[in-house]
Amino acid sequence: MTPLLETVGLQKAFGAVVAANDISVTVERGQRLGLIGNNGAGKTTFVNIVTGHLRPNAGRVVLDGRDITGFVPRQVRRYGVSRSFQIPQLFASLTPEQNLLMALGILREEGMSFWRPARSTTMMAELESLLARFQLQQYRESAIAGLPGGVRKLVDVAMAVTHRPKLLLLDEPTSGVAVEEKFPLMDVIMHALEGSDATVLFVEHDMEIVGRYADRVLAFYEGRIIADGPPAEVLGNAEVQRYVTGTPL
Amino acid sequence: MKLAAAILIDGVIDASWLFIVAVGLTLVFGVLNILNFAHGSLFAVGAYAAASAVGWYFGGDLGPPFFGYLLMLGSALAVALALGPLLERGLLRLFYGRDEVVLVLVTYALFLILEDGTKLIWGAESYYASEPYGLLGNVSLFGLSYVVYDFALIGLAVVVGLLLWLGLNRTTTGKVILAVIHDREISRAMGVNVTRVFALAFTLGVFLAALGGAFTAPKISVQPGISISVILFSFAVVVIGGLGSVEGAAIAALLVGLARSAAIHLVPWAELFIIYLVMAFVLALRPEGLVQRVAARKI
Amino acid sequence: MAVVGTLTAAFVAFAVLAVLGYLLPTWFILVVTLAFSKGLVALGIVWLMRGGLVSFGQGIFYCAGAYAAGMAMRSLGLTDAASLVVLGAVVALVPGLLIAPLLAGYRGIFFATLTLAVSMIAYGILNKTYSLGGSDGFNLQAPTFFGYHPTQPQSISYALFLVASFVTVAAAGLSRVHFDSVRGLLSLAARDNEIRLEYLGASVRWVNGVNFVIAAVLAGAGGALSALSLGHIDPDFAFWTTSGEFVFLAILSGYFSVTAVFVAAILVEVVRSFSSQYFPNTWQGALGVFLLLIILFLPEGLGSLARWPRPKSAKPAAAPAASAE
Repeated sequence: MTPLLETVGLQKAFGAVVAANDISVTVERGQRLGLIGNNGAGKTTFVNIVTGHLRPNAGRVVLDGRDITGFVPRQVRRYGVSRSFQIPQLFASLTPEQNLLMALGILREEGMSFWRPARSTTMMAELESLLARFQLQQYRESAIAGLPGGVRKLVDVAMAVTHRPKLLLLDEPTSGVAVEEKFPLMDVIMHALEGSDATVLFVEHDMEIVGRYADRVLAFYEGRIIADGPPAEVLGNAEVQRYVTGTPL
Repeated sequence: MKLAAAILIDGVIDASWLFIVAVGLTLVFGVLNILNFAHGSLFAVGAYAAASAVGWYFGGDLGPPFFGYLLMLGSALAVALALGPLLERGLLRLFYGRDEVVLVLVTYALFLILEDGTKLIWGAESYYASEPYGLLGNVSLFGLSYVVYDFALIGLAVVVGLLLWLGLNRTTTGKVILAVIHDREISRAMGVNVTRVFALAFTLGVFLAALGGAFTAPKISVQPGISISVILFSFAVVVIGGLGSVEGAAIAALLVGLARSAAIHLVPWAELFIIYLVMAFVLALRPEGLVQRVAARKI
Repeated sequence: MAVVGTLTAAFVAFAVLAVLGYLLPTWFILVVTLAFSKGLVALGIVWLMRGGLVSFGQGIFYCAGAYAAGMAMRSLGLTDAASLVVLGAVVALVPGLLIAPLLAGYRGIFFATLTLAVSMIAYGILNKTYSLGGSDGFNLQAPTFFGYHPTQPQSISYALFLVASFVTVAAAGLSRVHFDSVRGLLSLAARDNEIRLEYLGASVRWVNGVNFVIAAVLAGAGGALSALSLGHIDPDFAFWTTSGEFVFLAILSGYFSVTAVFVAAILVEVVRSFSSQYFPNTWQGALGVFLLLIILFLPEGLGSLARWPRPKSAKPAAAPAASAE
C-alpha cells in the first residue's frame, strides 16, 4: 500500500540558515509520529513545507501518491492535510461555537451556500458532536480572549480535525499549557481522534508527552534527521541526547 | 523645444509645491501611522492665517514689504503651535492603538470639523493676498514669462527638503524620530519617549501643511474648498512615494508634477485624473510606494 | 426555518412602510426615499466591512447606476422606475467585475486609497465627458411605474417611495439571510484571521471579491434610485466626499444589524435636511463631531445596541479538560 506521506530530499534555506537538509521521510497510515529537536532544528519548517506554507528549494512532497509540492495551504487542506498551530489561530471576535461552525462549514460535499443558514440541523448536530469530543460545551459561547490557553488549544485542534483529514499535523500542542494540564489536554485530543483514521504528526518539546503518545519519533538537528525509530530507542540515542534532550545525570 | 521647456519648468514648479504640501503628510504617517485626511484643512488654515496677516500688514502699509514673507512664515508657525499639540493630545491620542482605518475616519471627521471651523472664522468669501506674489517681479525664460516667486518656491522646497533630511539624519532628535518610524515597540523598549515624539512629529506635520498654505496663499484666491484639492494631491504623492518616506515624497512630487504639467500642455482633459492613474498604476505594481517604508497589506 | 422567518419579516416591513408612506407627509417620504437609496450603498459597504475592508470609492458604482438610469431615460426612452433601478444595479456590475479581481488582494489603508483613486478617476473622466453633461450633469424627467404615469408630485413621490422601499426591504432581507449563512460567516472569519481561513480550505480572495461585487451592485441600485429621486445627476456622485458619506453611514450603523443601516440613513437625512436649512455652515462640522463620538463610544455602531447574544466572558475555569481515563 502506498505510504500516506513521502517527502523526498527536501531542501530549504533562509539565506545562510539551512532549515531543511535532504529530509526524506516516509510515513505510513495510522502512525503517531513525534517530531523533536531544539529550536531552529527544522521541525516547524518541515510542517510548513508539508502544509504548503513554504515552498522547498528542492525536493518533493508526495501525499497518497500525489505530488503536492508547491501547493498552497488551501489546496493542501482540500487533499486532506490539516494542521493545528503552536499559537492558536482562532477567529478572535467569534465565539468558539462560531469558530467550529466555520471549520465544519467549509469543505462540505454540497459546497458552501450563499443563503442556507449556518445553524442548520445537520450542522448543529455535527457541532454538538465536536464540542462533546473536545469537552468544549461549557465554553461554546465564551469570548475567545477570556479563555485559558489550554481551551484555546482545544478549539484550534478541534477546527483542524473536521472533515476527516488523512494527515493531521499538530504544532507543539502542549506548549503554553500549564504543566499539570498537558497530559489531560493530550488525552482529550487523542481520545477525540479515536475512531478517525487520521495519521498524526506532532511537534513537541516535552519528552514525556512524546514518550507517551508517539509510536515513532524523528529527531531533528540543524535541518537534518539524526534519529528515526520507536521512542525508547530515539530518546536513548547518544547523539539525540547530546543535541536535543540532554543526557540523564 | 519651447514646449518641452515649458513642461519641464511648470512641472518642477508644481513639484515643489506638491513636495512642501505632501512631506508633512508622509512624516505624520511614518511616525504615527495616521493618514491625516485633515492635512488639507490644515493647509487651508495656514493659507487663511497668512492671507489675513498679509492683508493686515500690506493694507496698513506697516513696514518694509519683504517683512511680509516673515509674517507668512510666522503665521504658519503660529498655526502649528496652536493646533499641533492641541489636536494630537486632545483628539488623536484618544484613538491610538486602534486600526489604521479607524484613524483615517477620525481624521476625516476632523477634516469636516475644520472645514466648518474655517468657514465660521473667515466666512465664505475669498481672500486675496497677492502683494507678496508680485514683489519679486517677473523673469523671462525660453521666451516664456515666469513670476520669480514661483522659482522662490522651488528654493523653499529645496530648503525644506534639505532641512528635513539633515534634521532627521544628522541630529539626535531626528534619529530618534527615524527610530520610531522604523519600530515603535523597540524604540519604546529602548527608553524613547514615544509620546513626545508623536506630539513633535504631528506638530511638525501641521507646520509643514500650514507652511504650504501660507506660501501658496499669494498665488490663489483663498476660499472654502482649497483643502480638498490639496488633500487629494498630497495623498497621491505620499502614496506613490511611499508612506513615511521623505525621499519618496520628493521623487513622487517630481513625478506627479511633471505628469500633471505634461497633461496640462498635451492632453488637458486628462489633467484632473492623470494623478490618480499614476497612483493606481504605482499601487498596483508596487503597493508600498516607490521608496519602501511600509509593507503593503496583501494576502 | 430561519430563512422563511427573515423573508416574512421583510414582507411585513414592506407592508408597514407602504401604509406609513401613504399617511406621512410628502416631504418626509422624499427624505426617506433618498435615505433608502444611500442606505443601499452603505449596506454594500457593510458587506465589505464584515470582511474587514472599507471602500472609499463606492461613488464609482453609485455613479454608474445613476448615469445608466439617466442615459436610459434620455436616450432609450425607458422611464419605468423599477426597470431603471434594476438596470442601474446591472450596469454597476461591469466596473464591479472588472475592478474586483484587481483590488481583492489588498487590505487596510491600501485598499481604501486604491478605491478612492479609482473613484476619483471616474469623477475626472465624467467631468470632462461633455456628452454626459460634463461637470453639470443633466436632469431626469419623472419616472413611470409599470405603465402608470402619475402627474401629481405626491403620487410620483409615493410611487417612487414604494419602489425604494421594496428594493430596500428585498436587499436588507437577502443580506440578512446571507449573513446568517456559512459564506456570510466566512467574511467575519476573514476579517479576524485570513491565514486560518486559508488553512481551513477557503479562499479569502473569493470572499472579498464576492463582497466587492455585491457592494457594487447595491451601490448601482442606490445610484439609480438617487438619480430618480433627485431628478438630477452629476459627477459629484463619484467625488470622494460622497463616498465618504456612505462610509460614515456604514460606521454609524455598524455591521451587526441590517435594519440599523437604514435607520441610520433616515436619521442622517432628516438631520441633514434640517441642518442645511437652518445651520448651513455647521452641518459638516456637526457630522464630524457625531462621527468622532460614534467611533469613541459606540465603535461597533448603532446596530451593536441591538446585538444578541453577547459573548459571555469565560468563567474562571479549573483544568481545561477532565481526564477521560
